[in-house]
Amino acid sequence: MSESQADNIILGFDNVSISFGAVTALTQVSFEVPEHEVVAIIGPNGAGKTTALNVINGVYQPTQGTITYKGEVRQGMRPHQAAVQGIARTFQNVALFKGMNTVDNIMTGRNLKMKSNLLMQGLYWGPAQREEIAHRQAVEKIIDFLEIESVRKTIVGRLPFGLQKRVELGRALAAEPDMLLLDEPMAGMNLEEKEDMCRFILDVNEELGTTIVLIEHDMSVVMDISDRVIVLEYGRKISEGKPDAVRNDQRVIDAYLGVPH
Amino acid sequence: MTDSKESQAETFPKLLRMRAKQSAGRPAMREKAYGIWQTWTWDGFAEEAFAFAGGLAQLGFTTNDKLVIIGDNRPRLYGAMVAAQALGGIPVPAYQDSAADEIQYVVEHAEARFILAEDQEQVDKALEIREKYPQVEKVIYSNPRGMRDYDPQVVVNIEDLMGRGREFAKAHPGEIDAQIDKGTPADAAVILYTSGTTGKPKGVVLSHSNLMVTAQNSIAFDNISANEEVLAYLPMAWVGDNTFSFAQAFVAGFCVNCPESASTVMQDLREIGPTYYFAPPRVFENLLTSVMIRMEDAGAIKRWLFHHFMAVAKRVGVSLMDGGAVSIADRLHYSLGDILIYGPLKNTLGMSRVRLAYTAGEAIGPELFDFYRSLGINLKQLYGQTEATVFITMQPDGEVRSNTVGKPPPGVKVRIEDDSEVMYTSPGVFQEYFKNPQATAETKTSDNWVHTGDAGYFDDEGHLRIIDRAKDVGKLNDGAMFAPKFLENKLKFFPEIKEVVVFGDKRDFAAAFINIDLIAVGSWAERNNISYASYQELAAHPGVYKLIQKCIQQMNSDLVLDSHLASSQILRFLILHKELDADDGELTRTGKVRRRIVQEKYQGLIDALYSNQQHADIVSEVTFEDGTKGSVSANLQILDLSRVERQAEPLAKAS
Repeated sequence: MSESQADNIILGFDNVSISFGAVTALTQVSFEVPEHEVVAIIGPNGAGKTTALNVINGVYQPTQGTITYKGEVRQGMRPHQAAVQGIARTFQNVALFKGMNTVDNIMTGRNLKMKSNLLMQGLYWGPAQREEIAHRQAVEKIIDFLEIESVRKTIVGRLPFGLQKRVELGRALAAEPDMLLLDEPMAGMNLEEKEDMCRFILDVNEELGTTIVLIEHDMSVVMDISDRVIVLEYGRKISEGKPDAVRNDQRVIDAYLGVPH
Repeated sequence: MTDSKESQAETFPKLLRMRAKQSAGRPAMREKAYGIWQTWTWDGFAEEAFAFAGGLAQLGFTTNDKLVIIGDNRPRLYGAMVAAQALGGIPVPAYQDSAADEIQYVVEHAEARFILAEDQEQVDKALEIREKYPQVEKVIYSNPRGMRDYDPQVVVNIEDLMGRGREFAKAHPGEIDAQIDKGTPADAAVILYTSGTTGKPKGVVLSHSNLMVTAQNSIAFDNISANEEVLAYLPMAWVGDNTFSFAQAFVAGFCVNCPESASTVMQDLREIGPTYYFAPPRVFENLLTSVMIRMEDAGAIKRWLFHHFMAVAKRVGVSLMDGGAVSIADRLHYSLGDILIYGPLKNTLGMSRVRLAYTAGEAIGPELFDFYRSLGINLKQLYGQTEATVFITMQPDGEVRSNTVGKPPPGVKVRIEDDSEVMYTSPGVFQEYFKNPQATAETKTSDNWVHTGDAGYFDDEGHLRIIDRAKDVGKLNDGAMFAPKFLENKLKFFPEIKEVVVFGDKRDFAAAFINIDLIAVGSWAERNNISYASYQELAAHPGVYKLIQKCIQQMNSDLVLDSHLASSQILRFLILHKELDADDGELTRTGKVRRRIVQEKYQGLIDALYSNQQHADIVSEVTFEDGTKGSVSANLQILDLSRVERQAEPLAKAS
């Protein structure tokens, strides 16, 4: 691998294993995520997809193997450190502040970028005020980007699920991440909402250049928007490559997409 | 350029140039972006519009070129209209939610070389059109979102174009001004394609003078000032938007607000609080429904307050607005209601500041109409069409009725043809249908009168009432106008009556077939201890006949007050033994009566209606839901009504 190519890899898994007691969730998994790509992790239930995401953003520590992020081998990272280093994520079951409105929820995603202290924020004075205005502008850009203007001031708990997912994506984007982890961004959505979400994911990837790692069950979505697909089964990687190649891989067909009639 | 010449700004580019000086610093347009209302002052708006004109000229846009504009209401798109006009070209706004092939017809018919598309969605349509109609040279976009991978040879950013326009203006000062000076009031200002119910859309050509003189007249009619605020949320391709958000705004100099997106219109309405508002009846209806639903969910005290004060408003609100006599006690009661209910409600609806509101397009229910008026909202009706630059009749303040569409405003003349068709002539009469002289000749006479295709008449107060499409209107034997749809609709307002077919063309009087409403009449029967086993049995019940007779009697007494319709009283009727049904071909699938089929099928009954018989026998075929056919025979009663005479009316009015 040449030097320049190596530079383009934002995340590398090298023989990563993780076990919880006797249960091995990931077994010697290796893959690389090139910068600015959309990478999908697929696999049957219990294949270790969410575990893989949790390892990436530091919720779990691998029992074996090394993780390289932005060229540095990571040791014992915590989730907030992952956030500081530019990793943001959304969750399978939306994890928003249900009693707060859309703007405030997305604003919480700016948390790491805020410099002024609690007292100054409370007084809303001087630099704190300027900072708040700047952050609000950033939030408004995201609202515009995700076309959620009409629910700007709506309490999030009252929104339909599809919109909540969009707000959650907005909060993740507010951190201006280099890498975005999406855990089943289309789950529970109708066709139209799925199409919208696909477009937003592609727009994020293309316009903001964000690297995206997503878990998804809807195969047509995966095949449409991913540059690269990683297939897990029982904690092992069984295939990796371009969507078309994966689609035609017999192991994948047998394991996941079903044996053709 | 002298000031006196400027003050006679008779085209929109000239007018904008004047506004840029006279109204500099005042808001011309606002658009909500990133959560904040951004303002274009008149001078800023003009600068952008003329910079865009310069850019367009660079692309080769010239006299008589058409600029097709597709997008939501945006200041830059309005600016683009003036830009095209400034170069002697013609803007052609298209409905933004139309499919590509519908817009393609417009682009091809208008022979447009340039398309301004608001965003990626519209650009994609424009490029799809260009594939089939390669004469389209450039597609200009104003929202750069998602516009990375498009061919820069074809797809151009409006910002870049404005930049080129500014450079051009620096290099050739006075060039755009010279172009603007060439414009004359008779030039075409816009082509609006109307979605005809039959055939292909027709391009209505309106001149600068059409729009401007009409705007001046309507501004004077309603005392519209430079301080109005309007929300531009109806399609730019619609003649109303061209008048309310463009022509009137330019002439009066008021501010036009563009909503953030189609889904935020209600919030934006509340934030802006327009003083001048337009909406079709269905918008008012949806608003009322949402209010009612939310009130049902409110607490008991709130609900009681709401219903109590709405009853007060219903009783006195409308006459308060029209300056009628209202007792001091009622006035106080209403004021209290204004503080507790009407004010907050209007605020929620975004109508706190509405000084003038119009609705048009279709008939508005009297209850709905009075609901808004009783809240103190000056809601009025107008009657218009694209070919007239909107206004044919308008309701003056204090003369507002739910069942008329008002009087011709100054400058408009309306006459009623022998066949009841409404015709008008006005300064707003369109120039022509673009490239369609045949249709133009069919619609517009050589002395500039226009056929509306609608039938109507002036009531005794001089207000126009539209009753039917002209082709459906007939005549009674005494020569009086006979409008079946009007009578049928009036009868269908009674809950007991589900369907009506009225006859009378070339007859001595009007007569009707009635279908009762099984639910409403059934519950009436229950309350009156009348038992029945079937529709047929209930329909034949003498009590039911009496009930229906009362309804018709009431309509007849309403009709007699109106000299044009007094002859149309229904004097004989029968209740059909079966419901008219789409399965039997008597209704269309959308539930409209197929008059010709009913006439053929029940000829025997019609003959009986116009004879002296009190009973008629009928055997009719019915199709059951499983498709099998059977026949139903019945002996139907025919009931007479006596003609209601007009009482003690001054003779002078009879003429």
